[in-house]
Amino acid sequence: MSLELSGLWKSFVQQGSTQHVLRGVDLRVDPGEFVSLIGHSGCGKSTLLSIAAGLQGADAGTVSLDGVAIKGPGPDRAVVFQNYSLLPRLSLLTNVDVAVSSARPEHSRQRRADLVEKYLTAVGLWEHRHKRPHQVSGGMLQRCAVARAFAVEPRVLLLDEPFGALDALTRARLQAQLVELWKSESETEIVVMVTHGIDEAILLSDRIVVMSNPPQPSVLDVIDVDIDRPRDRVSVIDSPTFRSVQERLMRLLTIDGERAAA
Amino acid sequence: MTLVFNEVPVEPPSTSVDSSSAAPQAQHAASLASFDAGPPAGETASNGTSVVRVGAQRFRRLRHLRRGGSSVGWAILGFVGFGLLWQLASLASPDVPTPMETLGELGTLLQDPFRDAGPNDKGVAILLMKSLGRVLAGFVIAVIVGVPLGLAAGSSPRVWKSTNPLIQLLRPVSPLAWFPIVLVAFKDSSMAAIWVIFITSIWPIALNTAAGAASVPNDQRNVAKVFRLNRLAYVRHVLAPHTLPNVITGMRLSMGTGWMVIVAVEMLSSQVGIGGYTWETYNALNLPRVAAIILIIGVVGLILDFGFLRLNRAITHQEHTS
Repeated sequence: MSLELSGLWKSFVQQGSTQHVLRGVDLRVDPGEFVSLIGHSGCGKSTLLSIAAGLQGADAGTVSLDGVAIKGPGPDRAVVFQNYSLLPRLSLLTNVDVAVSSARPEHSRQRRADLVEKYLTAVGLWEHRHKRPHQVSGGMLQRCAVARAFAVEPRVLLLDEPFGALDALTRARLQAQLVELWKSESETEIVVMVTHGIDEAILLSDRIVVMSNPPQPSVLDVIDVDIDRPRDRVSVIDSPTFRSVQERLMRLLTIDGERAAA
Repeated sequence: MTLVFNEVPVEPPSTSVDSSSAAPQAQHAASLASFDAGPPAGETASNGTSVVRVGAQRFRRLRHLRRGGSSVGWAILGFVGFGLLWQLASLASPDVPTPMETLGELGTLLQDPFRDAGPNDKGVAILLMKSLGRVLAGFVIAVIVGVPLGLAAGSSPRVWKSTNPLIQLLRPVSPLAWFPIVLVAFKDSSMAAIWVIFITSIWPIALNTAAGAASVPNDQRNVAKVFRLNRLAYVRHVLAPHTLPNVITGMRLSMGTGWMVIVAVEMLSSQVGIGGYTWETYNALNLPRVAAIILIIGVVGLILDFGFLRLNRAITHQEHTS
């Protein structure tokens, strides 16, 4: 069973002209897969993620999880938002707790508390749990957002440029934490991540979906990243597969960028 | 027929509505007026960084001004200048009370402020308390009605579309115009006064609350959707905290206007209170005392405004100390 997007169309009217952001997108992500969406601004990667989350509807096409059509947002598809989106007046603990209690009302109080503690500990925030969002760094906010998403035990994790606003070192540590959580500790099977980073996409993904602006098709190419896990971020750079995927992505995105500029 | 209302947004306001969109400037002006160099405190702070930055810049500039000389000294200069003009005016027209006469009356008024010797002889503190009580009663009812109304209007386009035109129609009406009807309806001038204050207070509170509720960031709405926050959790964790600074701003505006209106209401209906006393004093042709009462009313208004300003800042400070 899997997350399936088929025949997705979406357009926006901007300044009187219609932009066809998604033009017949088909994508199937199987359990255990980590898929990245990459492309220039406006190629519709975030829109695609938001439709998968159920936050936006598509003009045409369907999204289904395990064969069941998706109508709206739900905790089976947790989202880590671009700008963290923690609730500003709640402590980190309460932020996660409110999400778990709301998304999983069927759990016992004890089970919910366990989940909150487990994931806040996993991202190293347990001792900072009583701090409020404005009292902690961007990296900690993002870790809290990741903990919140994992704590509702989603089938699918949707990440919208999760590491974009972080410095390189923090980003590297969080990437490792994310893969660790996904691979070992959590129930989460499928990860879909929107990113701008070529290296980040290769390091984390099993497949990379390259998206593009009109007149190109929405999905320009899908590249398999055939590198064994666990991947070591230092040595992986020297692997021939990494190099070839990197080159291919560069070429696709550069050509696409020039086309967009022309 | 197309009715064109002044500044009527068709959709729920994305950031803020009329009175509140002018609020940063108004607050700024108000904070200047109250000798307060604080930032235009804020409801806008939670919506847009640019506004915050502008506010911060102003704040810095004002601080700079403050450092440029003792603000107390400049304030005294302003008062002295005003006193001189006033003295000149009283020289030009013998009916205008002189500053010294006024200060003398002020002294008399403040001599025994808590005196209560029958309905026609009460100390100024008692009178102020009577008036403040009416303002407070009308204000509290307005908060109880206006906050939920504003939350609903700001959250639901349907409620907004059905209430906003009505509010825009009623809002420009002087609250005093309601007085004859409510006086007949309640057959009690004190109740009627409270109603008038309620009408005065409810629009700023409802509109500011609506503006706050409508400006909940999309991110936070999306979080609520993804994690399935129920209505109660949404109100408690997202809507209410986000809207609170706007509610305080609305309350502050209401209280200021309410304090102005109560004087007029009491003058209109000769009620026991500071406004009624003003009218009584006028009828006794004691204009220096009227001028002294004006000063007292001003000081009380200043204190009320300052209290809400502090409250607003305490609340926004909690969130934006980063």
